[in-house]
Amino acid sequence: ADIISTVEFNYTGDLLATGDKGGRVVIFQREQETKSRPLSRGEYNVYSTFQSHEPEFDYLKSLEIEEKINKIRWLPQQNAAHFLLSTNDKTIKLWKISERDKRAEGYNLKDEDGRLREPFRVTELRVPTLKPMDLMVEASPRRTFANAHTYHINSISVNSDYATYLSADDLRINLWHLEVTNRSFNIVDIKPANMEELTEVITAAEFHPHLIDLKFSSTANIGSCKSWRWFHVELCVLSAVFEEPEDPSSRSFFSEIISSISDVKFSHSGRYMMTRDYLSVKVWDLNMENRPVETYQVHEYLRSKLCSLYENDCIFDKFECCWNGPDSTIMTGSYNNFFRTFERNTHRDTTLEASRESSKPRAILKPRKVCTTGKRKKDEITVDSLDFNKKILHTAWHPSENIIAVAATNNLYLFQEKVN
Amino acid sequence: MFVRGLKRKCFDGEEDIEGTLAGIKAIPSYNLQRQSLLDMSLVKLQLCHMLVEPNLCRSVLIANTVRQIQEEMTQDGTWQMINTQSTGQASLDRLVSTDILCRSSRDQAEGKHVPGYGTFSKDFESDQAQDSSETMSTASSVQAPRNLQSNMWEMETPQENKGNFQKSLDQIFETLENKSPNSVEDLFSEVDNSYYDLDTMLTGMMSNTKMGHCDSLETFSSPTNTASNSNCKSDLNDLDHIVEILVES
Repeated sequence: ADIISTVEFNYTGDLLATGDKGGRVVIFQREQETKSRPLSRGEYNVYSTFQSHEPEFDYLKSLEIEEKINKIRWLPQQNAAHFLLSTNDKTIKLWKISERDKRAEGYNLKDEDGRLREPFRVTELRVPTLKPMDLMVEASPRRTFANAHTYHINSISVNSDYATYLSADDLRINLWHLEVTNRSFNIVDIKPANMEELTEVITAAEFHPHLIDLKFSSTANIGSCKSWRWFHVELCVLSAVFEEPEDPSSRSFFSEIISSISDVKFSHSGRYMMTRDYLSVKVWDLNMENRPVETYQVHEYLRSKLCSLYENDCIFDKFECCWNGPDSTIMTGSYNNFFRTFERNTHRDTTLEASRESSKPRAILKPRKVCTTGKRKKDEITVDSLDFNKKILHTAWHPSENIIAVAATNNLYLFQEKVN
Repeated sequence: MFVRGLKRKCFDGEEDIEGTLAGIKAIPSYNLQRQSLLDMSLVKLQLCHMLVEPNLCRSVLIANTVRQIQEEMTQDGTWQMINTQSTGQASLDRLVSTDILCRSSRDQAEGKHVPGYGTFSKDFESDQAQDSSETMSTASSVQAPRNLQSNMWEMETPQENKGNFQKSLDQIFETLENKSPNSVEDLFSEVDNSYYDLDTMLTGMMSNTKMGHCDSLETFSSPTNTASNSNCKSDLNDLDHIVEILVES
């Protein structure tokens, strides 16, 4: 199994897609509750596996393009088939996943095993009939959106019109129409005329959930989140900059690096927006740009370790974050296979671990605690014994139920709220 | 604990400070830490543009950090010069810090005190009164030297310093822009010998300034030992050499 690089539920939550470093997409489907297997409700089993991207070689620049899937985004279901967009560093693909449970039999020109029949053996004309067969799930690439990005694509996001989507790389954001692969509109370009003056890159971008043509947000490594709107397809303007003024008393050489935003997610309601930087998660009210309405510390105990984390490059890790269905709880990952949830109303936070030892099927997860003072209590973990190789960067929350998917390196964990 | 199993850095955390002289020996000076961070960043950047396709976000973040350090070093030189005259005795209480680099820079910006520096100048003043005051007064005539070490050893102006940093940053971004192997080779051929020298120098400096050992600090904080003075002098020569390379390239 390869390292999982993205996790995404579809709009109903029945399907869960994961992309990995080897360019593969694995889709899980939720089992329907049946009387014969009452306990299987909520179990996800493999539905389809396919190779989305292959490694490519750019002959012009003499570099290999990684096949790692950076992001997967589902399209809302409009017919029996499912569609998703998957992207690596350079190319976005639209995949159609469809089921086949019937097979046509009784062809005139070919045998049952597919061999062509001798023409003189065909003595009568018959109409092929559909016979049931074992369910087969096929994935086929329907569109390939290529050659529009000089830099590495870090985000894709489907517009609420379900007809267009954006793709963002380090310096540019392009707008595509799902039906058109040979043309895209560049809507944001922050590349300076002189590359030596480059100080800001785009780190994430997302469309607003329901304001069509109105808003999307892009985040930067310098701790600011920009809100954009456009009036015509070609005319895109900056409408707001969400940035919290720096607290001078906590400034250090690492302030800028840790303020770099690694993910942005609009709430389902569309009223709030959440940004993830290295040490915290911030919730912003879209009507207030000068400071977030809520700030949650994910692993504040790492603040005194920033120098070591800079040296071993962990400070550049890009954590994602997600909302639950009602926008009442947010979740994000940390190190040592820990992930954190924050309840916005009660201000209660929980630390949980995704590991084989602590995750027996049907067992309840025990909350974990990191010891920040000198005295370590039983079951607590000291900061020094945290494993920084075990990082949870990708998490996803079911759109309507309390089911979460957590990717821990090359393992996928699914947790569900215990139903009494 | 960490990816490469590195020993925990001294200024990163755990308190083992007894205070007073033992404490002084264990804490690297702010300038030394900052210099170490700068070296680490430059090494990272150079490793970055040795890759065929570097991660742009990471490179930009490191480059921004390098610029920030450079700006502070330029400002600091002025601040420290002003304060050498006014603050004679550095308070030992202010020395208790294990993560100076991660601390408020308001302390430094106010120019009141830089702990390591304070001790450093105090020791030198008491035992090498002549030398240090001479070199310091020489340094004060130089426009805005970066830090005490710079004061004593470097004769170049801060404009040149800025130019050097800017030039190396420019080279790095040019490489990011033109990712063909040719330009990377050009870059290397351009700074051929000096590149390798810089590399070994930086490696040498990194091992010298390893915070876990704090050897170099012990040479600074025990000036009565003449052997340590000569260590100091050889360090001075090394840094002199590096500066020459930076100027040449």
